Amino acid sequence: MNGVGFRPIDLGLYMAWVVTAILFLVTPLFFNSGFAISLLSQMGIMIVFALSYNVIFGQGGMLSFGHAAYSGLGAFFAIHALNWIGDGRLPLPVVLIPLVGGIFGAICGVVFGYVTTKKAGVPFAMITLGIGEMVHAGALMFPGFFGGEAGISTNRVVGTPFLGFDLGPSIQVYYLIAVWCFLSMIAMYAFSQTPLGRISNAVRDNPERAEFIGYNTQRVRFFVLVVSSFFAGISGGLAAINFEIVNAEQLSAIPSGAVLVATFIGGAMFFFGPVIGSVIFILFAVALSEYTPAWQFYLGIFFVLMVMYAPGGVTSILLLNLRVAKEGLFRALRKPYLKLIAGSLVLLAGVVMLIEMAYGLTLSLGVGSMVKLAGIEFDAATPMPWIIVALLLVVGGWLFGRVRRDFMQAWDGVSQQIESRAGQAAAGGGR
Amino acid sequence: MEFFLISLLNGISYGLLLFMLASGLTLIFSMMGVLNFAHASFYMLGAYFAYQIMTWLDAALPGVGFWIALVLAPLIVGLIGAAVERYGLRRVHRWGHVPELLFTFGLTYIIVELVQIVWGRSTVPYAVPQALGGSLFTLFTTNFPVYRAFMMGVAIFMLFAIWLMLTRTRIGLVIQAALTHPDSVEALGHNVPKVFMLTFGGGCALAGLAGVIGGNAYVTEPSMGAQLGTILFVVVVVGGMGSLAGAFVASLLIGILQTFAIGLDWSGIDLLSMVGINVDSSSFGYAVWSLTLPQIALMLPYLLMVLVLIVRPRGLMGTREN
Repeated sequence: MNGVGFRPIDLGLYMAWVVTAILFLVTPLFFNSGFAISLLSQMGIMIVFALSYNVIFGQGGMLSFGHAAYSGLGAFFAIHALNWIGDGRLPLPVVLIPLVGGIFGAICGVVFGYVTTKKAGVPFAMITLGIGEMVHAGALMFPGFFGGEAGISTNRVVGTPFLGFDLGPSIQVYYLIAVWCFLSMIAMYAFSQTPLGRISNAVRDNPERAEFIGYNTQRVRFFVLVVSSFFAGISGGLAAINFEIVNAEQLSAIPSGAVLVATFIGGAMFFFGPVIGSVIFILFAVALSEYTPAWQFYLGIFFVLMVMYAPGGVTSILLLNLRVAKEGLFRALRKPYLKLIAGSLVLLAGVVMLIEMAYGLTLSLGVGSMVKLAGIEFDAATPMPWIIVALLLVVGGWLFGRVRRDFMQAWDGVSQQIESRAGQAAAGGGR
Repeated sequence: MEFFLISLLNGISYGLLLFMLASGLTLIFSMMGVLNFAHASFYMLGAYFAYQIMTWLDAALPGVGFWIALVLAPLIVGLIGAAVERYGLRRVHRWGHVPELLFTFGLTYIIVELVQIVWGRSTVPYAVPQALGGSLFTLFTTNFPVYRAFMMGVAIFMLFAIWLMLTRTRIGLVIQAALTHPDSVEALGHNVPKVFMLTFGGGCALAGLAGVIGGNAYVTEPSMGAQLGTILFVVVVVGGMGSLAGAFVASLLIGILQTFAIGLDWSGIDLLSMVGINVDSSSFGYAVWSLTLPQIALMLPYLLMVLVLIVRPRGLMGTREN
């Protein structure tokens, strides 16, 4: 680095933010059904939640199984504040409710983080699981504040409208979520560039060396956790406004696991990874669950496959392909890709049919063993569909094994080519 | 006195069950550095397999099903565990410990869904076999069931057998050596990956056995794994990561603590009135003071964990900070 404080403007970065903002603005114009708006709103909430999770997980190296404690408690405080606005006890515009959630999320972060950040690594993961369960169990003990099993409900159309928006229609809620989501994204990106954000990367990669250069790693983890819980609280506040109800379920291990899955699927090593992961997760949890009760099973398999074969998440796959395209070598991969997709589609059809039929046989209450797939309805209790499944699985498995080998060969060839080019460029630059 | 003794016995039997799981988890953790998140899922599998074997066999050979299940179900669970290590974990191992943990975490989702596909979402009627029904002895007025004693017997027998295997046999010595010096053991010509696979499978089989004897004493349902799993992690943290003795003490401690808390109908109000302060619904913090012990029984293990972490971060018998 040179001593002069001059840095060229990073055009690519600004472009990424502008594109993100435009996407937030125009997506509801194309997907404007009620269901799509609700889907987009939930994506926005999940993006904030997953990004806040990635502040500790991807950037800080702290694997947490209890992150829902912060978003959930933030949501509870937010919904009480919302009810206070409704009573006229709190003169605050509703659009600032997420901030209430954020502040209380951060306060909870201070309290719980004091205990959890005493440890790092695997013990940290186990302790967060325990704390998360403790908060969840505690919520059922205080029905006055947490509303017991039913939860606390509210009405978001209260107080004085902000710039003429009263948050009645769901599209207004979407834009409120979009604005908060965009602001939170920028804030969290900015945080990752601060000295604290940078040193949290160091603590993630090598805590021992970070201690040697004079940082108290426990304190770094603590501060980072508080920042993360602030943004988790914001997502909780947004959820309170969007759903107008908060219950103890939002403190349980289910959302804690969900945010981990979403972040990892997207790619924890990239800032934008959790954004992509959240979109995929909501598509699974909200859109796919409309079609099949087995969505959690699919998600579980998808997650395990990602852990096994692509620990960098979807973002890493995208970036690797982008690099190939940039080098102009994508042509060599086009045919193997088409074959791979064809092979995996056959296998996928077999797997999906198998799972759907198994669910149809055992779990569809009162519907009998009828299964509807791709518009075709059939009886899972007859042998014919099972023969088809077996055929699809055998043929698909064999085909997939073959094309996968070819694809890996082509991919390795392309990767080697890129590596050697990069090597030459480096050698040329060194002269 | 009567309540005290019965609760103590129940607490110890629950604690021993916890330790059957915690010992496998600890062995796997200290050897491979892998925290098996799915450990309690294997416990659940053990219970369901035993239930299935019993229902299949009881029609043909009444009364024998449970005993066959007692042997067969843990073996099947152990085989599944070994397969998971061989084809899943070993692949993920090169990415590091966090992906390994995440792999077992993802596995819990899949196992729960599979269990629901096969056995449905509600409780299955996995019952205590008739030969072990009834009460063993009557203490004052309370009956102590035979099955509780049987559970304690199986747990103690298993743990004693494992202790003998670890300390007295050749493979046990290799396992012990591989705990601390896997590279040296490998250099001496032992197949360390195979030892890993055996340990993982063995730990899972132990969890499966705990499921066979615990599933009918408590309930067999799809959420039983998740419920026990969190308690299990608390046990390991409280005892000290990687310490078998610590896990033993913590298992018994938490088992007894939870059993007593469910039985004692005390609340903060009683406590305060003992020192002369009377609390009623208008007092400050009434919601907190009016909580009874059974109400916070679920929370107690976690509170204990927080307390231990503040006072003694390495756990009761842990040797290292991290």
